[in-house]
Amino acid sequence: MTRDDVRNAVIGILTDIAPDEDFDALKDEEKLRDQFDLDSMDFLDIVMELRKRYNIEVPEADYEQLVTMTSCIDYLQPLLKNQQMAS
Amino acid sequence: MVDQKNPDWRIVITGVGLTSPNGNNLAEYRENLLQGKSGIEKIDIRYMGEVLAGVCNFDEFKYQKKKERRRGTRAGSVGIYCAHEAITDCGIELDSFDKSRIGIYCGVTEHGNVETENEVFNISQYGYDVKYWSHHHNPRTVANNPAGEISLNLKITGPHYSIGAACAAGNLGVIQGCQMLRLKEVDMALAGGISESIHTFGIFASFKSQGALAWHEDPEKASRPFDSSRNGIVCSEGGCLYTLERLSDAQKRGAKIYGEIVGYGVNSDAFDFVLPQPKGQTDCLNMALNNAGLKADDIDIVNTHATSTPQGDIQECIAIRNVFGNSKNTWINNTKSYIGHAMGAAGALELAGNLPAFDDKIVHPTINIDQLDPECALDNLVINQPKPVDQVNYILNNSFGMLGINSALIVKRFEI
Repeated sequence: MTRDDVRNAVIGILTDIAPDEDFDALKDEEKLRDQFDLDSMDFLDIVMELRKRYNIEVPEADYEQLVTMTSCIDYLQPLLKNQQMAS
Repeated sequence: MVDQKNPDWRIVITGVGLTSPNGNNLAEYRENLLQGKSGIEKIDIRYMGEVLAGVCNFDEFKYQKKKERRRGTRAGSVGIYCAHEAITDCGIELDSFDKSRIGIYCGVTEHGNVETENEVFNISQYGYDVKYWSHHHNPRTVANNPAGEISLNLKITGPHYSIGAACAAGNLGVIQGCQMLRLKEVDMALAGGISESIHTFGIFASFKSQGALAWHEDPEKASRPFDSSRNGIVCSEGGCLYTLERLSDAQKRGAKIYGEIVGYGVNSDAFDFVLPQPKGQTDCLNMALNNAGLKADDIDIVNTHATSTPQGDIQECIAIRNVFGNSKNTWINNTKSYIGHAMGAAGALELAGNLPAFDDKIVHPTINIDQLDPECALDNLVINQPKPVDQVNYILNNSFGMLGINSALIVKRFEI
């Protein structure tokens, strides 16, 4: 996946778990929680959806990697790339 | 007995919020009861296929955000809808009311089956690997869930909890609210019952295994208490919450008053897991009359619990004959014949269907009787056609449940 692909994948998950939010104006460098009504249960939803949709395990120690969109992409792209290569 | 001279002890109904398979507010619901309109339809559910059920069609997003709904339960959603509707109806501005003095008391027959079945199905799609089990499962399945979702949505900080009392729970929720007001634990109670039970296949499958699940080619004919061809229960979802207040408070703010709760009885058969027993029910009815200081003949309407099972209806008729056999002025009806069995909501919802009779002076009938079962041929059973009467002063609402829990609630037309 390209960085844009990963971004779109994360937006897809966020749209499902926070359907009242408008993610069009999302600022990639700012914390997701500062921009949207997201709490710890929502972040657990992100982790669960990454597991279900992309077979990615995010260990608890790495949850902080999901704080901004940019950090999400930085963290997830290698994992998604590896998954693609593996498949 | 209620001390009628003490306005702090007298509890009145000042608001009604409901969703029923045949109406999403009291006026619509009452109109459909008087028109004989059923709310039963065919639905498909997991593992069972086609079953008959009462389905509510209220707008879930009228009072909830999409995320709130996604995170919560159907029971929570039903409760939030009913709570908002009741509070609007009672005429208070919630933000100017002390929210720490509002108690939320929701009767439920069961809670958590729907969510647990959904999670088991979910992990079945992943080889039963429990790492796919949702972190939302516990907050969705705790017994206080529907009441808690109401608290979260409306920012009500008084006590909230569920009353688990099988199918007597709707009455028990109201009784709990009444008691907490008398104890001055709260200044307003949101009290009644809620059911999401049509979303669990287990309820249907268990009734079917018990030989107690209704079937009829015409869904609207399936719930037919007292008819000779009745063959079981039609499960429904729904909810009904009342705002209850002490009369002194209600009068102070000039509230509209639907009726006064003047008595109740609650007891247990201590007899069987599922079979009802006329003795316990008879005792319960007498207990309610004694509690209200009334004679049987004072009661104008008895809303029966009858669920359309072959045995249960007969047992209740025995109890009613025992108590009301000589009451010439007492009319008997049934509301499940329209809406099915709304489980935890049944008691509260069926009472609501009768409350307008104080004003319109009509007893809605039990419908779907083609051939009356001789064992259910109660004197004054109102059958198929509404019955206009001169006056309705007292309504008694029966609500019984598995494990032998019985309840009867008496509401009086309000007089100053």
